[in-house]
Amino acid sequence: MSHPSLVLGIETSCDETAASVVRDGTEILASVVSSQTHSQHGGVVPEVASRAHLEQLLPVIDETLREAKCRPQNLDAIAATTGPGLVGALLVGASAGKALSLAWDLPFVAVNHLHGHIYAAFLEEPDVAMPLVALLVSGGHTMLVEMRDHGDYKLLGQTRDDAAGEAFDKVARLLGLGYPGGPEIDRLATEGNPEAVRFPRPMLADGYDFSFSGLKTAVANHLKKHPNTSTQDVAASFQAAAVDVLVTKAVRAAQNTSTGSLVLAGGVAANSELRRRFAEAADDIGIAHFLPSRSMCTDNAAMIAAAGWQQLRIQGASPLNTAVDPSWGFAA
Amino acid sequence: MSSTVAVRCATASPEETQALAATIASHLTPGDLVLLSGDLGAGKTTFVQAVAAALGVNEPVTSPTFALAHHYLGKYELRHIDLYRLADPCEMLDYILEELESAIVLVEWGELLAAEFPEARLDVKLSFAENGPSSDANYRSIELVGTGSRWKSVLVAVETQK
Repeated sequence: MSHPSLVLGIETSCDETAASVVRDGTEILASVVSSQTHSQHGGVVPEVASRAHLEQLLPVIDETLREAKCRPQNLDAIAATTGPGLVGALLVGASAGKALSLAWDLPFVAVNHLHGHIYAAFLEEPDVAMPLVALLVSGGHTMLVEMRDHGDYKLLGQTRDDAAGEAFDKVARLLGLGYPGGPEIDRLATEGNPEAVRFPRPMLADGYDFSFSGLKTAVANHLKKHPNTSTQDVAASFQAAAVDVLVTKAVRAAQNTSTGSLVLAGGVAANSELRRRFAEAADDIGIAHFLPSRSMCTDNAAMIAAAGWQQLRIQGASPLNTAVDPSWGFAA
Repeated sequence: MSSTVAVRCATASPEETQALAATIASHLTPGDLVLLSGDLGAGKTTFVQAVAAALGVNEPVTSPTFALAHHYLGKYELRHIDLYRLADPCEMLDYILEELESAIVLVEWGELLAAEFPEARLDVKLSFAENGPSSDANYRSIELVGTGSRWKSVLVAVETQK
């Protein structure tokens, strides 16, 4: 079987336009991420997002190839995110990936964005032991996944209402902080008392599913009743509750499966308290853990190239008529 | 000017809110537009979850804040949309109007586009009850405002069922 080494990754599932060239699924030659500014749009807007992706994608790919000192004829494959995400945004990256693979006569690989987040771990630490349990936490997703081998995933649990990152953003809004709220809460929490308010730990004793809507409502109720509680204390107490639930369930999943390692992934993996508690809990139960560097937590195309490289080896190329799937789950 | 009917309800728990939502769901058909308003934590997603369950959707109904729109299929096509993150909610207008041709559309933070939407619709306004027992954070006051003859008959039916 051929062993392609240089993969161009393309990621446009949400509000980042990104491209990357990765060698052998582990060595990043270039990774360019162009973000649509949140302050301008307050979030992703379907029409605006697609238009901006369309304008930025080719320049981003050019810059990536230049930085990687790589010509199209040096590439071995093109991997693009085809779901889940916003349909208009996905179409831009997926169509560009297919067109370039046709023009340059390269295999095309349709990559699941969620798989990509887990491959951020393999990019930085190729020897992560499998089976592994990944806690994937971001603005749109909160999942516990068992990965038994490359291409072999089992969804253990997910949120039933709000995603963890969304809860951070909304609590930040309740506290009058800016957007995105995660980093603000992280920062303020270091100055507050995490035991000042005992917020609920929703579904703590209950399997692998999550629920963050009630925690958000509890913060709203607390602020109505006690408007003078320090912002720092509320931030720290909310963060403690959210992290408690996330870490407890990740540990439970690790203990109930034959896990070789615990992997943290997604945008919320940049949260300092979650990183600290996740590492501490893994050490306590004697399981290896992996924390992605902060630039690998948020959306990027290097993780898509890494996932695509592995997928190509195992499953081969994807047909050029592969459709984008805005609600693509974890199953292959 | 279309006629408007308003019904006020009070619920003491998320379960009671969901029972009310299920009652309303039993009257919904494709083309119906429901706008949900209320502060963070007021129960908008909880309300939509109950509507979806009543319409036979059996997958998890989660917050669409990040993804902007979630599609479900139960007895009918259902669209769950959230304008919360949008600086310019008008960007979603064409999409919503298009989806209304074949689906029931529920829009969280829909009041942000109230002036742009068709008048014939149901507005569900959820608020933390001011005059409920202040010790109980689960009380909600829910105002249902229907505009147009169809919603008038639906709300009359809801009022007798509540």
